[in-house]
Amino acid sequence: MIIGYYPGCSLSGGGIELDLSVKALVGVAGVTLREIDDWNCCGASAAHSTNHDLSVALPYRVLSLAEEQGLEQVVAPCAACFSRLKGTHLRLERSDELARKMADIVGRSYNRTVRVLSLTDFVRLLLAGGLADKLTHKLTGLKVAAYYGCLLSRLPQCTVAEDDIEDAERPTSMDAAIRATGAEPIEWNFATECCGGGLSLSKTDAVVRLSGAILADAKDAGAAAVVTGCPMCHSNLDMRQGAIHAAGLGGSPDALPILYLSELLGLAAGVPPEQLGLNRHFTDAMRLTRGAADEARSAPAAAGGGGS
Amino acid sequence: MARVGVFICHCGENIARTVDCPSLAAAAARLDGVVHAADYKYMCSDPGQTMVREAIVKHQLTGVVVAACSPRMHERTFRSAAAAAGLNPYLLEMANIREHCSWVHSDKAAATAKALDLLRMMVEKVRRNRALTPIRVPVEPTAMVIGGGIAGIQAALDIAAGGKKVVLVDRSPSIGGHMARLSETFPTLDCSQCILTPRMVEAATHPNITLMTYSEVDAVDGFVGNFEVTIRRKARYVDPAVCTGCGECWAKCPQKKIASEFDAGLGLRAAIYRPFPQAVPNKPVIDAAHCIRLTRGKGCELCRKACPRDAIHFDDADAIQKVKVGAIVLATGFDLWDHAAYGEYGGGRLTDVINGFQFERLASASGPTGGEIRRPSDGQTPKTIVFVQCCGSRDEKQGLPYCSKICCMYTAKHAMLYRHKVHDGRAVVFYMDIRSAGKGYDEFVRRAIEADGAQYVRGRVSRIYRRHDGKLIVRGADTLAGEAVTVEADLVVLADAVRPRAGARPLAQMLGVGSDANGFYSEAHPKLRPVETAAAGVFLAGACQAPKDIPDTVASASACAAKVLGLFAAPQLEREPIVARVNRELCAHCRACIKGCPYGAIEDFEVKDRKGNLVKVVASVNEGLCQGCGTCAAICRSNSIDLDGFTDEQIFAQIATME
Amino acid sequence: MIESADNPAPFEPRITAFVCTWCTYAGADLAGTSRLAYPPNVRIVKLPCTGRINPLFILKAFEGGADAVLVSGCHPGDCHYTSGNYHARRRWAMFRKLMDLAGIGEDRLFFSWISAAEGGKFASLIGQVTEQARSAGPFAANPARRQP
Repeated sequence: MIIGYYPGCSLSGGGIELDLSVKALVGVAGVTLREIDDWNCCGASAAHSTNHDLSVALPYRVLSLAEEQGLEQVVAPCAACFSRLKGTHLRLERSDELARKMADIVGRSYNRTVRVLSLTDFVRLLLAGGLADKLTHKLTGLKVAAYYGCLLSRLPQCTVAEDDIEDAERPTSMDAAIRATGAEPIEWNFATECCGGGLSLSKTDAVVRLSGAILADAKDAGAAAVVTGCPMCHSNLDMRQGAIHAAGLGGSPDALPILYLSELLGLAAGVPPEQLGLNRHFTDAMRLTRGAADEARSAPAAAGGGGS
Repeated sequence: MARVGVFICHCGENIARTVDCPSLAAAAARLDGVVHAADYKYMCSDPGQTMVREAIVKHQLTGVVVAACSPRMHERTFRSAAAAAGLNPYLLEMANIREHCSWVHSDKAAATAKALDLLRMMVEKVRRNRALTPIRVPVEPTAMVIGGGIAGIQAALDIAAGGKKVVLVDRSPSIGGHMARLSETFPTLDCSQCILTPRMVEAATHPNITLMTYSEVDAVDGFVGNFEVTIRRKARYVDPAVCTGCGECWAKCPQKKIASEFDAGLGLRAAIYRPFPQAVPNKPVIDAAHCIRLTRGKGCELCRKACPRDAIHFDDADAIQKVKVGAIVLATGFDLWDHAAYGEYGGGRLTDVINGFQFERLASASGPTGGEIRRPSDGQTPKTIVFVQCCGSRDEKQGLPYCSKICCMYTAKHAMLYRHKVHDGRAVVFYMDIRSAGKGYDEFVRRAIEADGAQYVRGRVSRIYRRHDGKLIVRGADTLAGEAVTVEADLVVLADAVRPRAGARPLAQMLGVGSDANGFYSEAHPKLRPVETAAAGVFLAGACQAPKDIPDTVASASACAAKVLGLFAAPQLEREPIVARVNRELCAHCRACIKGCPYGAIEDFEVKDRKGNLVKVVASVNEGLCQGCGTCAAICRSNSIDLDGFTDEQIFAQIATME
Repeated sequence: MIESADNPAPFEPRITAFVCTWCTYAGADLAGTSRLAYPPNVRIVKLPCTGRINPLFILKAFEGGADAVLVSGCHPGDCHYTSGNYHARRRWAMFRKLMDLAGIGEDRLFFSWISAAEGGKFASLIGQVTEQARSAGPFAANPARRQP
């Protein structure tokens, strides 16, 4: 199976672990990724806050290239890229007028045939295609908080896939993938809360407060790790953990490893942690590899939770 | 030779703006059979009607066409005018040149041409109209009321007080409905059971009322004045004639952990149970789904052994009973929408997030906590309660598009009751708007806020979750302060939307009553005929028609009773004479019409000669049953059935005259 | 419509609609009270129910000069007379095949369900039917067509 690959900017920068782990996973699953030739920026937050046409035209060009290159499915592991590509595709499906306008602006045609996959869509596809059987290094006993954030749960029309298995207010696709690794997805409250997203640099204090609340709730619920599918969430939860704890937020001062879903699956597939990029995190994630079961025992106990 | 008069209405400017009425009148005057044509500004006004009446007499008209608004608007008006002038009212027809012409077209020439066509069609039709007389059918002066809540009880009592018989049917073991479950009622805070239970007893003991509880309507046949309703009386397994309601049985029943419907799941009941202590009739039934003896077919029978009157029979079965009634009052009430659809409010998984009925039971002296406000999870008294209005209401995306009307008031009441019972408790109410129109209503809400200190926050709640220390965290917006708010609560009460009862739609179809997009029963006219339906003789009481509070429900129930008594005041009913007619000469008795008739209104008829010898058998229409759909006329192979008012001849003439 | 030989008016199709009084007639009334404009090419024949429609009505309509015929009644399950619209639908299915055989196809014969609440649907349906009938052109087989 060949699947188109749209790495976007993050995956070669701050989110390189996502790139590494996705590529490691497809190696295990026996799927080929083909990067879209000559791709451009998806626009993400910058474009749609400046010019609406631009915010549609950028993903339009990417989709048009993918179609031209014969890619029926394209995975955009970054949640922001996914949201832009899928949202644009849906908008074009609904409006012939918009499609005509974009064809005119971009100077390329797009017949609206590309299926855009999020990281969770992609993982579901791989698991169903045989990856589930290859997850032999079970992470039994590891308690994991599935953190969807905003862009993997909303807009509902993007995330509630064609098969309608996801509830935007209570998504479960990531929990199912966690279960496939042998780890235990915990019940918690902040699975779809905002981490502060793009305010990371402009309003760091807001990010510290929002991400701190997420960490605190995960720890209260007994999580030994948080799993995400978004480079922005990852950087806020992973990189800002020091600042969060320094501000007295985030619950107990224990470090909480923040993993990409693909990293967790890679571990369960027996991929060396360095190949997944686990050694590149700000908050030590390598300790999870020192025996998940041991780690689970020493994780903050569920009963010890306080408020934020 | 037909002498037709044509009257063209300008409807002020409504028609005259797009249709050239004077030239239409001039063209009409030249039509075959037309002896008089006139146009006037307001034909439905008194001078307009006088014009019609005078012309009928002066020109000895044998037919009239009024080209004006829709016949659904004013056909009755003009037919009455014709009748007043001595013309059979069924010799008057209307051409709809307003709704079907002037209001939907803008080109004056085209609209005038179309108006002339519509007019010509009606002239051709009216030339072939026959004088008809309304059909008289006898009336069975007994009413059936379906649903034994406050609406049904009120309607039944009022009809019974008017001296007519009533059959009151309820599908649950007791009458009383939702009102019996309420603690206090707004805006007076009088105890619901104190005002309701005497009415329940009155209904049960009234000589004119027959109570059929634990019974369902299986089928309805017939028509206004002459319905035949098939009632399925569900097996009670307890003989109510012998049972004294002593309670030995439910005390012995080993199945005692069944969630009580009456207590909205907060209390428990046994498998043999009466829904609540003041139930009417105060006799238990056995819940077959939970009874050990009935599910296994053997064993237990502890209740039977305990019964001092030998009233329990496990071989009881559903019984079918047919009842003849002349009118039916639908009083099926409402259900609450299920907030499990709101994932952001916990999706129904949070024990201490309850709905309005559950709070009523907590606040009720007869409820599972004896009237103390204690939360379901651990029985603690909540220090903070958050009330969320519009849960599912006014939400087109995930909930229901309409306002449930009663929630603003009962939420204010809940906040008040809580503050009266827990003096140091904090009541926070999230609302979108406060809709408290009604006598004493706004004062009531003000009292909740000002005297009882309920804290009202204008905004929606975006999330409710249970923190790991057990607190419910309620996050929302305060749109007046323009900020996000978070409240730590011990109990959350959601004002779930009001929606029609489960099973309301199949019942409506049985009766030929329409339902709106939300499943509420449709009234005949939203303003002028609010308790009548499209099905003659079927009336709507209470919240089955739209969300209603108790005063509105009682008012509509009494209105139904007035309508029923009015219907029963005449020994016979008049009906539109649009019925099928068989030409006995032509009928070959193929029976196609008998099979096709949706009403079973066509039967065999033996034609006999003077000596009583059978000549032949033909089809014959029972005018009492025929509703005038005309299916038989279209089916008939020998063209021997026709429909009065819509004969083949009339329709062909209409078709042929179009240009 | 009156046209003369030297100045022929553009073709305007004539459409005869057979509708039931309870649903579609009321729906057309609602289109009116909502002031929803539609082409003036349609003439409504009001019947108690679509079950009343004798296939001959439709043939006579074509014979009398209609270029298209529309039959519209209550939605399934909503018939005021319980089941009249089902009768109409069954008869219609058969009749349509016969009409096909006679060369009158889907561009001239229309069937729809319109409730009393669907004024908008009525207006847009008449628009569509008029357009389709216009592109189908004059009903040539009609012997009586356009004879002054």
